[in-house]
Amino acid sequence: MTGIDLAYWLPVIFAALMVVAMFAYVVLDGYDLGVGILLELASDTPQKDQMIAAIGPFWDANETWLVLGVGLLLVAFPLAHGVILTALYLPVALMLLGLILRGVAFDFRVKAQAQHQPLWNRLFFVGSLLATVAQGVMLGRYLTGFAPGWAAWGFALLVGLSLIAAYALLGAGWLIMKSTGDLQQRAVRWAKASLGFAALAALLVSVATPAISPRVFELWFSLPNFFLLAPVPLVSIALFAVMAYSLPKLAQRQQQGNDNFCWLPFAATVGIVALCFFGLVFSIFPHLVIDQLTIWQAASSPEALLIMLFGAAIVLPTIVGYTIYSYRVFWGKARDLSYL
Amino acid sequence: MPPDASVLDPLLLARIQFGANITFHILFPTISIALGWVLLFFKLRFNATGEAKWLDAYAFWVKIFALTFALGVVSGITMSFQFGTNWPGYMQTVGNIAGPLLAYEVLTAFFLEATFLGIMLFGQQRVSNRMHTVATVLVAGGTTLSAFWILVLNSWMQTPAGFEMINGQAHVTSWLAVIFNPSMPYRLTHMLLASGLTVAFLLAGVSAYRWLAGQRTGGVHASLKTGVYLAALLIPLQIFVGDMHGLNTLKHQPAKLAAIEGVWHTERGAPLLLFALPNSETRSNDYAIGIPKLASLILTHDLNGEIKGLNEFVGEHPPVAKVFWSFRVMVGVGVLMLLTSWLAAWQLRRVGEPAPWLGRVLIGMTFSGWIATVAGWYVTEIGRQPWLVQGVLKTADAASNVAGGMILSTLIMYLALYVFLLASYISVVFYLARKAKA
Repeated sequence: MTGIDLAYWLPVIFAALMVVAMFAYVVLDGYDLGVGILLELASDTPQKDQMIAAIGPFWDANETWLVLGVGLLLVAFPLAHGVILTALYLPVALMLLGLILRGVAFDFRVKAQAQHQPLWNRLFFVGSLLATVAQGVMLGRYLTGFAPGWAAWGFALLVGLSLIAAYALLGAGWLIMKSTGDLQQRAVRWAKASLGFAALAALLVSVATPAISPRVFELWFSLPNFFLLAPVPLVSIALFAVMAYSLPKLAQRQQQGNDNFCWLPFAATVGIVALCFFGLVFSIFPHLVIDQLTIWQAASSPEALLIMLFGAAIVLPTIVGYTIYSYRVFWGKARDLSYL
Repeated sequence: MPPDASVLDPLLLARIQFGANITFHILFPTISIALGWVLLFFKLRFNATGEAKWLDAYAFWVKIFALTFALGVVSGITMSFQFGTNWPGYMQTVGNIAGPLLAYEVLTAFFLEATFLGIMLFGQQRVSNRMHTVATVLVAGGTTLSAFWILVLNSWMQTPAGFEMINGQAHVTSWLAVIFNPSMPYRLTHMLLASGLTVAFLLAGVSAYRWLAGQRTGGVHASLKTGVYLAALLIPLQIFVGDMHGLNTLKHQPAKLAAIEGVWHTERGAPLLLFALPNSETRSNDYAIGIPKLASLILTHDLNGEIKGLNEFVGEHPPVAKVFWSFRVMVGVGVLMLLTSWLAAWQLRRVGEPAPWLGRVLIGMTFSGWIATVAGWYVTEIGRQPWLVQGVLKTADAASNVAGGMILSTLIMYLALYVFLLASYISVVFYLARKAKA
């Protein structure tokens, strides 16, 4: 037709879209799951309300990116969707349990009878934590190619636990931007506390992937790739260093009522997540299940992908547009949530 | 079923699990689709008249909407995963059709409603009134568009069209034929009306509850009137559309229709059975009570019209009793809806308020729309068995190889969660009604 090999490029495009959706999900739902994890550390109920107010207008749309990411896997790579989700049956079920609990707790915690509200606050925390750990376990299982045995499961659990720190860091960064006063002060402390563990999370994933797959090892440690790729870990380390240096300064400035650069911790964390994503994609591409199934083996027929691409090309920019609009409407420090 | 089939039969468990999830899920979109438009109605009335009662009604019902929407979102996320975990064979066979339809649902509808929901709920102070109205329209439109895509896909599974099978995979020959497949217009209209009726009775029931509890305000009265009149208006429409939907099923899925009517053997002048215990052992009905020739008259517009019996579809027809009874539950609730809504509308016109006894009946029927809607879905979904996609893919061939024990344990977890959430939802709806400002 045009000389472009659709059967080659369409799966690549859809894999790229899927990565974008997953990245958007991890950053966006990452910060609101993180706020959920930090909820138990709030001083009192009004402070909890402030924390929820910082994420209230956004969380529905944030979770939609998960539906898009998994949806793209389902519709563009049905074979991989079956293999991956069947292998991840248990962590997926637990993640869904967590997401359901926290999603409904958002509303129940303010609307239920007064004596039940502490229960819903607790369920909001538990649900956020469960969903986070389950997502980390899913990532860990995925990275080992669903290997059996306690070592592989132990690794997955470790990734699950370290993802708590990563999301807490995103959540704390978000709160530093969106709050003032005592809550902001606490959020800076929470960010400092989760920084080290988040670094451990990044390290774990970075070391494990090449260790598991000789192909990935070759990819990163052969020349000249080794030098070309060196900026990825180095910039990540630099971003961690920037936060380690600037968070105490921010704490001091904040005491004097000046929170300039309050966006820095969140932005730096997003940068680190982006670099991790790049590393993962670089390692795994063109596979969907590491060293087992490629995107071309798993893809739907070109005609189905093409009709979806038309839709996505028109609609995705619109989605990005109105998402930006929504964030602009709620720009700046969060205010109390009120329906009127 | 082999004699040693145990409680751990993975196919049965996967079906129960998927059925439980989708039953739980559909409760909430059924409310949020129509409630979005009702909220828009309240808002437009307020914009036009400036009367405080419309704003009061909006302020109360938007809380219910937010709660309902959240439950719909989280249970919907579950669905997107269970397609893969429970029915991998589904996407592998018809993914070229189901994939784009689901993708269009997420892209055009899911994001739209979820994003503008934030502005609709919490943005009143931050955007102009006009923009807030636009956000409300986009949320209501998004929920409806979402329903459109899902019903297109479901209807295609019932009456597939516009495709050819190549190497065991469906390939599209005409997207227009896929989207406007033979049962889509009927099923979509039937479901949208079901949503309208569910919300109408929710409005009427909760408002009657508030009215009888002494909250005799303009906002409560406006909600009550909206609910009762909406119900009285929609129920005859629904009966009419339901009848057309039935005729459509007769044409395209005669086995389902034979199960609905409990017709085991092809007959002329078939009776309309009011009560019967379909017996799959003897392949006949026990204790049948019916009105002679009425089924033939309704379905063929001829007293002696022929209705194909289940004997023509041996091994390829659904379990009869479940379909037969689900249908009667749906129609029974529909008849109750007709009686109560017309009586209540008449009283509202004459006296301005419903009699206390009728108010209590309305309270009892608050969630009657759920019962009718779920029963209706059971008719159409169980009625499609043993097919997943009619004539193309059997349910058994789409199942995954996940172990029965794993499905059973997660099934128990989901069921416990759903019972807990459903109880919480209903109790919070009435709690909000009690504590609302009188």
